[in-house]
Amino acid sequence: MRVLNEGDIFFIVTAVRWTLLLSLAAFIGGGIGGLVVALARTAEFKWLRFLALGYIKIFQGTPLLMQLFLAFFVPGIFGIDIDPWGAAAVGLSLHASAFLGEIWRGSIEVVPRGQSEAARALGLTYVPRMFLIVIPQAFRIAIPPTIGFLVQLIKGTSLASIIGFVEITRAAQIINNATFRPFTIFALVALVYFLICWPLSAYSKIMERRLTVASR
Amino acid sequence: MGYQFEFADVFAYWPDLLAGALHTLVLSGLAMAIGMVVAVLGALGKTSGPRWLQWFLDGYIEAIRNTPFLIQIFMIYFGLPAAGIRLSSDTAALLALVVNVGAYGIEIIRAGIESISKGQIEAGKSLGLRPLQIFRFIILKPAIQAIYPSLTSQFILLMLNSSVCSAIAASELTAAAGDIQSRTFRSFEVYFIVTCMYFAMSVLFWGAFAAIERIWLRKPSLR
Repeated sequence: MRVLNEGDIFFIVTAVRWTLLLSLAAFIGGGIGGLVVALARTAEFKWLRFLALGYIKIFQGTPLLMQLFLAFFVPGIFGIDIDPWGAAAVGLSLHASAFLGEIWRGSIEVVPRGQSEAARALGLTYVPRMFLIVIPQAFRIAIPPTIGFLVQLIKGTSLASIIGFVEITRAAQIINNATFRPFTIFALVALVYFLICWPLSAYSKIMERRLTVASR
Repeated sequence: MGYQFEFADVFAYWPDLLAGALHTLVLSGLAMAIGMVVAVLGALGKTSGPRWLQWFLDGYIEAIRNTPFLIQIFMIYFGLPAAGIRLSSDTAALLALVVNVGAYGIEIIRAGIESISKGQIEAGKSLGLRPLQIFRFIILKPAIQAIYPSLTSQFILLMLNSSVCSAIAASELTAAAGDIQSRTFRSFEVYFIVTCMYFAMSVLFWGAFAAIERIWLRKPSLR
């Protein structure tokens, strides 16, 4: 056992870049996947809506930790080597796709049907109808819950530490194992997460209030 | 694909898996019950407590909502002993879940209280109802109807979240899975089965909560 020094603190705090990078990767992956899921959820074909619903329910009905474990172990079955970073990025992306898909489905459905019908009457095909008419209107409504989910996602990256990815939580555990100052170390890590998540939560809350006032 | 699936190796441990699932249910049920007491008290404090209490509760809610559950568990299990409070891993897991769900619960309960319009309460007063009667007949049931969906999904979230308690080796399903994995080295099979078990529990609760809503919480029709 050794004494906690400035180098350790520096090691922990700078490991936050991996937390942020993983959050970003998952948010981008989940954003793309979420768009697909949301469009499938609002599609005209019943089987497609059903498929998307099944996807969402599976991810909403199982622990994120299990999803990460499976993201880590499933590629091995196919003989693919995956490191903790890859598994965490893929697992969190699939997870985010389901949740963002459900959030965005709600936002798409809030856009009055007349908008989509008018676009159809003007002869717009599916792609321009969704991307030029419906989605731009759904976008504003989607911002507060999307930011709210981003906070969940950032907190969720801490579970990547359990499958061995060295982000801030894992870095803290490593230093704690050597110095055994758990209170100081984990309080520091909690503070770092708080400083990232709190402004986002506050922003999401303000935006939401503004939207409800506007729609009154 | 040269992978040989060996589910039988894992199924041999079915009593452990079943016990793990039971522990998960007990842990989540206890945490939800105690957490709701915290949430109701907290919501009362936030709506009608003194200013300092409201600030304290705001701090508690924001601190919990903006930090990962895993760090909260570590603080309680590894951090509290520094303050002389040493807890077993099961107690620490329960405490962490209660502290966590309490923070989310306060906001849910408060939304329920605030969903009752003042006019309803005033109408009750003018009818000569006593405060306890007003609470029981005018506030409680409509409030429960209003918060029921968020409350039940919070419970399922809590149950799924309890898998994180395996990080401090509390006895629940994920820890049981880790245990079996270290004995059989059948990582995929173990986690696949356990994931299915969690999903089955979620489906069960989704169904049960929907049935309860249909039977007891049907809103009177507005005719």
